[in-house]
Parts: sequence; C-alpha cells; structure tokens
Amino acid sequence: MSSTVQDKPKKSIDLASPADVVAERKKNREPDQTGATEPIVSAREVDLFYGKSQALFNINIDFPRGDVTALIGPSGCGKSTFLRCLNRMNDLIDSVRITGSIKLAGDEILDRTLDIIELRRKVGMVFQKPTPFPKSIYENVAYGLRIAGINRKTVLDEVVEKSLKRAALWEEVKDRLHDSALGLSGGQHQRLCIARAIAISPEVILMDEPCSALDPRSTTRIEDLIGELQGEYTIIIVTHNMQQAARVSDHTAFLYEGVLVEFGKTEDVFTNPREQATEDYITGRFG
Amino acid sequence: MVLWNGLGVFWPSAIHLVTLRDGTQLLGEIVERDTTKVRLFDEETEADREAGRFKFRPVERWKIKVGNRENGPAFQWVDCEIREDAQPDGNGASGTHEWVSNIAEITEPDDAYKLDRMTDLNYFGFLKEIQAPELPSIPAGPLPQRLSAALAAAKRVEKAEIQPIQSDESVIERELTSVIAPEKVALNYEKKQLIKRSRSSEGSFGSTEFSSRIAEIDRQLAAFVQREDQLKEESHALAGRRGKAEAALRTNVAVFVDSHGREQSIPLIGIVRFTRPNSMGLGAKAGHYGAKIWEMLSDDPREANQDGGLFPAIFGTVLLVFLMSITCFPLGVLAGIYLGEYAKQGPLVRLVRVAVNNLAGIPSIVYGIFGLGFFIYLCGGALDGWLFPAWVDAGKPVFGQGCIFWASLTLGLLTIPVVIVSTEEALMAIPRDVRESSYALGSTKFQTLVRILVPMASPGMMTGFILAMARAAGEVAPLMITGAVKSAPVPIQETLPFIRLDRQFMHLGFHIFDISCKSPNVEATKPMVYVTTLLLLAIVLTMTSVAIWLRNRMRKRFELRTI
Repeated sequence: MSSTVQDKPKKSIDLASPADVVAERKKNREPDQTGATEPIVSAREVDLFYGKSQALFNINIDFPRGDVTALIGPSGCGKSTFLRCLNRMNDLIDSVRITGSIKLAGDEILDRTLDIIELRRKVGMVFQKPTPFPKSIYENVAYGLRIAGINRKTVLDEVVEKSLKRAALWEEVKDRLHDSALGLSGGQHQRLCIARAIAISPEVILMDEPCSALDPRSTTRIEDLIGELQGEYTIIIVTHNMQQAARVSDHTAFLYEGVLVEFGKTEDVFTNPREQATEDYITGRFG
Repeated sequence: MVLWNGLGVFWPSAIHLVTLRDGTQLLGEIVERDTTKVRLFDEETEADREAGRFKFRPVERWKIKVGNRENGPAFQWVDCEIREDAQPDGNGASGTHEWVSNIAEITEPDDAYKLDRMTDLNYFGFLKEIQAPELPSIPAGPLPQRLSAALAAAKRVEKAEIQPIQSDESVIERELTSVIAPEKVALNYEKKQLIKRSRSSEGSFGSTEFSSRIAEIDRQLAAFVQREDQLKEESHALAGRRGKAEAALRTNVAVFVDSHGREQSIPLIGIVRFTRPNSMGLGAKAGHYGAKIWEMLSDDPREANQDGGLFPAIFGTVLLVFLMSITCFPLGVLAGIYLGEYAKQGPLVRLVRVAVNNLAGIPSIVYGIFGLGFFIYLCGGALDGWLFPAWVDAGKPVFGQGCIFWASLTLGLLTIPVVIVSTEEALMAIPRDVRESSYALGSTKFQTLVRILVPMASPGMMTGFILAMARAAGEVAPLMITGAVKSAPVPIQETLPFIRLDRQFMHLGFHIFDISCKSPNVEATKPMVYVTTLLLLAIVLTMTSVAIWLRNRMRKRFELRTI
C-alpha cells in the first residue's frame, strides 16, 4: 500500500498538497536544467518559514547570467518571497526563517556572516510601487553611490547621466536634474527607480511586479527597457501578466503554493508546458 | 471679545464732564452702562409682599472712571434717574414722588486732560498753570504746548542730573553683587570647612598652618567687608544726592484743577504723558495709540503691574518657549525614533508607549509639582551641592530654586509625549517600499533613517512640535511653582553668560493671573487683562504660524503626493 502512495505523485503532481510535491521533488535532487549559460544565482533546497507556516518548499533553481527570468504564479504562491530571498530583504521581517543554500556567483547568500550591504550592492531591486526618495532627481540616482561613500562630483555626474540614459529617462529630465523627483509621473518614477538601481552597477536586478502600478504606455516603455538591459544585467522579474512574461523573458519559472512547479525556456513553458498545472495557469483556467 | 476689548484699550476715549442734578461734577471716561432694578417699597402693599410680588423700576446707571486715586475711588457709579420726593404738604400725609433725570448736563470739554502718571495711575483734570522754577525758562504760548515743553525739559534735566547718579549707583551695586558677595560667600565657606575639618581630625586645630590660613581668610574677609562698607557709604551718599536732585525736580509742577475745584500740583517728572482726547484729531489719536502699544511692548511694568509695559513678561514667555523647544524637541524626536525604529517590539515597548500616551493626559499642575520636586529640589539641589556649595551654605541656592531653566524643562516634560507620539506616527506612515528601496541600494539602517525617513517624517514631527509649542505657551499652572513671579527683571546681563537661566522670570500667562486675581485694584487692571490676554494669544498665534509655515514648506519638499 505504501508503494502505491509513493508511486502516485510521479505521474501527476497533486497540486492540492504541497507536501506531496516536496516528497516528489526530494527524490529528484537535480535542479531544472535549462541548458543555457552558466548560472549566476543558484538556489538549492530553499525552504522558507513565516513563523510556523512554510511559504517555500524546497526550491531548486538556476538563473542564467545575463538573461531575463520571469517568475509567474498566482497571488500568494511565494514569487515575491523567493525574490526577496535573493537580496536578503526578508531579514527585515523578524519571523522569517530560511534554510537551504542560495549562491550568487559562487558565494553563499544565506550565510549569516555575509556583508548584507555588499550583497545588496550586487543585487539591485525595483519594487511594485515606484518609490522615489524625497530628493532631487539627481540625488535619487546618486543615492546608492553617496551611501557607499562616493561623493566626488565628477564621478557622480558621470554615473547619474549614464544611469539615466540607460533607463531611458535622460532626455526627459536632463534639464531639471535638480528638481524634486516627486514631480515626475508614475512611469518616470519607475524608470527613475531602475536608474537608481543600475547606478551602483549591480550584477542582478530583481523586479517585483515593476509595471503593475503603471498605465499601458509606461508599461511598454519599462518592458522595452528590460529588453535593452538584458545581457548587461541579469534580471529576475516577478509578474502577474502572462503576456509580459512571454514578451520580456528568456526563461520562465512557475511557482504554485510555495513549490517550483516548472522552470524552462519561456517559449517551452508557454507553448509546451510539461506540467498540467502550468498549462492550466497559463491558459487562465485558475489563478 | 478679547480682540475688541484688547485692541480698544489704548484708543483714547472722550472725557465727559457729567453734571449731576445736585450740582456735583464728575470728570472722566464713561466705561460702562447698565441697568439695575430699584425696589419700590412704598408701591408694594402688604399683600403684594406676602405673595412675593415685588415692584421694581429699571434704572440706567453709568460707571465713570474718574481717576485721581489719591482723592477717592477711581471708579464711580452714577444713577441716571433718581427719585425726588415732593415737598410734604401741610397735612403730614406721605408725599408723592416722581422720577427725574439725575444728569443735568454732559459736556466734552476741550481742555480736559488725562495724565498717565508714574504713581497713582490716571489723573483727570484741567490744567491751570505750570510752575517750573528749576527748569530753564519755558517759552510762552498756549498751555498745552507749554506743558509739552515743560515735560520735555524736565525729562532732559532728569537725564542730565539724575541718570548719571543712577548709573554710578548701579556700578556700585554690580560690584557689590557680582564681585564682593561671591568672594565673601566663598571665603566664609572655606573658613567653615577648615574649622569643621580641623575639629574632626585631631591636632591640626592649633597647628600654625591652620591658624595662618584662618588668619589669611579673616584678613581677606575684613578687606572685603571694608570695601563693602565703603561702597555702601558711597552708594548712600549717591542716593542722598539723587534724592535731593529729585526733590528739586519735583518742585517743578503742573497745577491741575479737578472737577470738584480742588487744585493739585503734580510734579512734571511724575507725568509719563498727557492727552487731551476731546480736542485730538484722528491722527493724534492714532499716534497716541501707537505710543501706548510701543510702551506696552518695550517698557517695564509700573505700579504693581497695573500700568506700564509688559516687556519682561513677553521676553520671559518667548524665552521659556524657546528653551522648552530646544530641550523637548530633539529629545522627543530621538525617543520617537528609538521607539518606532530601534526598540524591539514587545510588551515593554508597548508599556512605554501606553505610559507616554497617558503622560499627555496628566493635569499640568502635577507636572509643576514634579518639576518642583524632581528638577528644583533634586536636580537643582544636586547641581548646587556640586557646583555652588558655598552659595547653598550661605542660604542662597543658585539652581535649587524656581528659575526659568527648570520651568522650561518642566514644560518640556509636559509636551514631550506629543512630540514622541507624532514622530512615531510620522515614521510609521512612510510606506514600507520606500524603506526597502533604500535598503535594497545597500544602505544601512542608520543611513536610511537619516537620509530618507527623517526628512519624510519631518512634517509630521513638526505637527507634534506645533501642538507642543501651542500647549506650552499657554500653560501657567506648572510655572507658578517652578519660577514665574509677579515681578522680575529680564534675565539677561551684559557680562557672561548673558542669559541667566538661574533667574526667576515674568510670564504673560502668570501676569494675567496676577493682575486679574491678585491686584489691589481689579477694576483698574481690567483693560490690562484684556491687553495681556490678547498679547499672549498673538504670541502663541505668531509662533505656531511660523511653525506651520515651516511645516508646509517641508511638506512640499518631502511628502509623496503622487503614486
């Protein structure tokens, strides 16, 4: 009888009980391979708990360097939670406990002794709502450098201009760099946040639903921007929007109830998903 | 009402000469009109009285400010109607009666004067002549002009003859209080200590070292006492000279006649200013109004706070609020930041928060008692014991008594909960994303706090500050027991440390209490109460307006509006 229970999950994943999925996944320690370039971030057996309730179950995933990876899944599936593991943003919440291993270019992120400031300089982040600081446009972009102790005007000027150009905002704001950033529009705010993130030259940029608070036109601009940044930066983007994931990403990971259900090349995941659950979600049957 | 009465006080009002039916004349300002009921006993029957049907006649009456306090009450009520009994007829029957107007005539004589005097407040009367034998001759001309000239001349002479003596006296006074007194206190203390020590440790009492030191102290003390006596003698001589000069100046008088025909010689130097409101044009009245307001803002009080200026009280109030702000605001903000951002959230922090909120509800007099017990007796006592033991020994504590420093700390304590709570709430209102954005760029908690959170929370902090300031400026109860007094000089001096925080002080709120409840002449100070109240309100309003303006500027800069 026990053997039948063991065998059952192999054929189809029972989405209603994540524990079974975990049992199934544990047998297969090998991460999902995409066959792409060498990974910059690789997670192994990541479990995450909010107090006593578990939010992530045994996540194993490799993010290829220089590519855009989309994390999709229904609300509350743990996409954002996982994303926030990658720059240790979850440290800000007292009750969170993480086990497993996440490596950034070979260095362990979850190591308690790690210099978290150093990590966050390497892993930038853009949030769901644009969060311009109450400073001038210039100072917003220069913020990351200033807190790192870089105050030389020539350096700052150069970086600010480069970052704003990279974020496709330069043309719009070059004449009012020293005006308050709060006067910009929502879409401009988000591009400013991207410029701010890339000003400190991170290796990875995490984007947590960066377009969900924006109008379609601004969304298009951000998506174009992501396309331009691809290659130079590794981008991991959480999105609710299937079309967006399909448009901007090279790889797609589907999470469901804290479990990584499927990870592969975007065209494979969208055209020929391996798992039934992925197909159901993509085609809009649930979630 | 405060506005109307307060602003109207200094506007010169007409002087009426009221002639009553019996020929009495009253000269003064009609300050109040009301109606009283006069009971008509002889129109009531027994039955009426038993049934409680009393008969009254409403009679209008006026309150006239006649001034001239040295001759009688400064305020008099006059009934406008009186009952006049008809001559009894020959039959002895009770006479009939009628009600007739009591006011025979009202005029506004052009030449009626109103004087503001150094003593005895206002005088109303008519100018008869000027007798100024001691003054350089005063040009001939109409009396009012001659009076102005005489007053100016008297002021000049006073400045030339009396003020130099006064400044000499104050030099001596300063040496006595700030050089000799401290030296004497220190020497006496050292002597006492020496004697005490020598008594407790055997043998040294008679030692040569000890006795030579004591002798040295005694010698120095004697020198100081000698110098003190000398100075006192000089001061006494100066005072005598000044008295003589003043007496001479006081023989220069203006002779006035009041409405009763009594003549009165009023020394010219006792007259602060005179007006003839009945013959003043609008411009002259406005000028007088301005002069009175300037006097209020810049002068010391006269006549036990009943008259004169409010400058020490204004200064005390503003300095108090300023000191309160610079102690309570930084402390409150730091406490709020610590509670909101750094303290580990748990039962203890919750308890502290509840306590802080409850602090805001404690009656202010309790803070006053706390300030007296904790700040003045405990902290002040300890400070004195540490820094000024000699003064305590001499029975003159420095910080161990009510003073502006402890009063401002007490007020700071009173208002700090508001600042803490508003700081915490302003920090809490900042979206989580903003903090995280800053952290995500690699900033530390402290950098985020200083560069992002505090600027964004500053309008909220300012709100707390405004509330705190408004409350502190209007608070009187705790000040009464921590250092506000009826009369005190402005706590600044020309030598270091310039601002004397160990001084008692005057305060507008306390001033209101003092002149309205503890004045010997409540009727006369009523206008001053209005003025002081108005001034206090104006100061609070000004200070909060400045703070609100500042907050609005911060809001424009730091608050996220879009998104």
